[in-house]
Amino acid sequence: MFKRSLNRIKEHSLQPAESASPVLLAVEGVTKHFAGVTALSDVSLEVRAGEILGLLGENGAGKSTLLKILSGVMPPSSGRIIFDGADYQPARPQDAKQHGIVTIYQELSLIPTLTVAENIFIGRAPTGPLGLVSWRKMEQDSRAIIARVGLSIDPMTPVSALSVAEQQLVEIARALSLKSRLIIMDEPTSALTETEVQRLLSIMDRLRKDKVAIMFVTHRLEEASAICDRMTVLRDGRLAGHLDRERGPIQLPRIIEKMVGRAASELYARPVQRAVAGNVVLSVRGLRTVRDPEAPHAIVLDGVDIDLKAGEILGVAGLVGSGRTELARAIFGADRIAAGTITLLGKPIAPASPADAIALGIGLVPEDRKHQAIFAALGILPNFSVASLGRFSNGFGFMAERRERDALSGFRKMLSIRMASAEQAIEGLSGGNQQKVILARWLARDPKVLIVDEPTRGVDVGAKAEVHQILVQLAARGIAVMMISSELPEVLAVSDRIVTMRRGRITGEMPGVEANEEKLMELMALDKQDARGQDARGQEALGRDGEGLAR
Amino acid sequence: MSIAEEQGQRGGATLARLLMSFGPLLFLAALVVVFTVLKPSFIDPINLFNITRQISITGLIALGMTFVILTAGIDLSVGSLLAFCGMVAAVVAKGGAANTLSLSTSGTQGYGWFAALLAAVVVGAAAGGVQGLAITRLKVPPFVVTLGGLTVFRGLTLTISNGGPISGFDASMRWFGTGLIGPVPVPAIIFAIAAILCHIVLRYTRYGRAVYAVGGNAEAARLSGLRVDRILVSVYVTVGFFAGLAAFVLSARLNSSEAVAGIGYELTVISAVVIGGTSLFGGIGSVGGTVVGAALIGVLQNGLQFNNVSSYTQSIVIGLILILAVAFDRWLKSRVRR
Repeated sequence: MFKRSLNRIKEHSLQPAESASPVLLAVEGVTKHFAGVTALSDVSLEVRAGEILGLLGENGAGKSTLLKILSGVMPPSSGRIIFDGADYQPARPQDAKQHGIVTIYQELSLIPTLTVAENIFIGRAPTGPLGLVSWRKMEQDSRAIIARVGLSIDPMTPVSALSVAEQQLVEIARALSLKSRLIIMDEPTSALTETEVQRLLSIMDRLRKDKVAIMFVTHRLEEASAICDRMTVLRDGRLAGHLDRERGPIQLPRIIEKMVGRAASELYARPVQRAVAGNVVLSVRGLRTVRDPEAPHAIVLDGVDIDLKAGEILGVAGLVGSGRTELARAIFGADRIAAGTITLLGKPIAPASPADAIALGIGLVPEDRKHQAIFAALGILPNFSVASLGRFSNGFGFMAERRERDALSGFRKMLSIRMASAEQAIEGLSGGNQQKVILARWLARDPKVLIVDEPTRGVDVGAKAEVHQILVQLAARGIAVMMISSELPEVLAVSDRIVTMRRGRITGEMPGVEANEEKLMELMALDKQDARGQDARGQEALGRDGEGLAR
Repeated sequence: MSIAEEQGQRGGATLARLLMSFGPLLFLAALVVVFTVLKPSFIDPINLFNITRQISITGLIALGMTFVILTAGIDLSVGSLLAFCGMVAAVVAKGGAANTLSLSTSGTQGYGWFAALLAAVVVGAAAGGVQGLAITRLKVPPFVVTLGGLTVFRGLTLTISNGGPISGFDASMRWFGTGLIGPVPVPAIIFAIAAILCHIVLRYTRYGRAVYAVGGNAEAARLSGLRVDRILVSVYVTVGFFAGLAAFVLSARLNSSEAVAGIGYELTVISAVVIGGTSLFGGIGSVGGTVVGAALIGVLQNGLQFNNVSSYTQSIVIGLILILAVAFDRWLKSRVRR
């Protein structure tokens, strides 16, 4: 059904943007270095007025860096940007706005406690004769502005009462009211339901007709294919190529090829397939999570079955919002479970909190290291031992610091953690070394199951390979490792078995040796029927969508 | 960056780190020197012991407050709770609120100092526990819960005392407030022992580690298997316990429990903790810092008094010092980060 709606857009927008349209924004050979790392290397692209340019690439391809440069958050190290025929060098986000370039980020920037109208007119409220805010004029003008994006809500509603999709439209409306000429959207559809995506795409189509230029950053290939006039694909910080729809819509295989078509990098050398041991350690059946009434758009698990065996690395591949993190949190007792069973070594378990899961022998290296794993202000020692305080203390509750330090220095050698001393603040370590301390935190407990969520996010390239090696070693020691990642080369490099997730479900499973990026990308990004039990699930999905529309 | 440059920077950062640990102490030493120069009798042992007696009441509460602030919490109710616990101790010591006006010092009618002490700390800890449960179960921010507590406990105090004081305790109880061991006032000894115990708990026990972890990053603490809610409740129990202990000592010292005791103490207590380097955002701080912070405020008050500076001006100076101390701390941290 989603396909059908996309086709509708394809039909009424197949007219390519006239090539006569002038180039509005030209990026020429832009390079950006961060402390020794090159995030962007010699990237060029063009956006014309009245066209939608898709900006695609895997995580870490350099999309966000480019967005930050265009929106004035950071300057490029070298290269030139030309906007509307003149040199464009924004020093701060405000400059970008004044030029008419507005970026709409995934984290929306509206103020939730203020009304829609106040948000639209923030900092420039219309005033009456006495210099006081004219609420009436503000309300009337807002109504007209939001009508342009097809919203028919009361402009005096507080933003917090709107859905994510509606908030996004308010942001777009605000951008339009600021006479924006280029709107950059960073993964705008990742938090939307399918009907909402449909609405957003048709509004983008309307804006295109109004000669607004749009840069659409997305992971969702079908959406990109449906709406984009042209695409620029980045890979590893470099330009992987431009794709043009002038001769019909851009075909998915062409995009996937450009996105992943790298020569097998030596950094991700495939380990020799190990003889996988075999007993199922953790078994999950029919796992569903509760829809949080305060976050009705969050992903919920929708009947997940998964088996994890001793001594193997199970790779879980999925895009942001596929439910992969939710799966990890549900197993770990961090989120409430609505239905389903979890069995650990043959015994059913029901962890009600992370403390319960940890006591049962499960460890989790969370996705967001800064907010969920490290204690930034504390030293390495307390960061290391926080999950094993019982093991490192005596019967009276006093820390056995000698034992604690010995254990840390053991892991320091084993994982080659580069640190000055156990007292050093963990904040001072590089991302890779921080991650190794977090891994050591769990290894100190001898877990049966270790779940690692995006284990190399924010880790530099050299340390990534080290982290992969560590995971392989842990599996070799008999730990059942579940690795969640949105970087396909990483999933392919270390997984013995791979499952893919999309919209809270498992969409495929295959041995690591049989997988390749194209296969995984299709299963992760496209609306394919679930390989197992297609009919039942398909029916269910249709039923649910029907409900959504009725609402 | 060259190695030399990096080392140079690291050297600067080390100095900043040292200053961060010892800054308040250096400032305290400087104050003592200045006051001694202004009036040499300031350094008299008698005066110094006097200061220790003065700071021991708020100092005791500040020890408990250190636990609370380490978890990024706050307790505004301690002044009122002190009055309430003091009144409870007086009722127990005197054998009933009816003895309000009796100045009998025989102590035959009451239950004795030990029962009074026990009652004060148990009531204090229980009151803290109730507030902790309100914070963790009802999800009301600590600021609001303890702001409510501030009013509730004052009201309870006035209710049981009928607005007036309960005075006249026996000598064994008064010893805890006015007695000396050698030249050292008993309240100062109680404060010192309590400070050492708190230091040991925070620095050397698994519970202490958990307190820092919860304050440093509550979500990471939960995902590391700590029972965050229990730890949060426990720190409010701790500060309540110390409010009870301080109440007992204060009543013993004044030979009276006043319904209006402890008004504004929460501010002195929080100032001592913050001047001592404990971060209001949690996870950073120490008992040593709090002791220095309490001493700093005590020395400042006493020294200004000694030089006939009015109490109005004292307030101004202490307020400014509080702001400067935190500003200095921030500045040092920005240096260390870089």
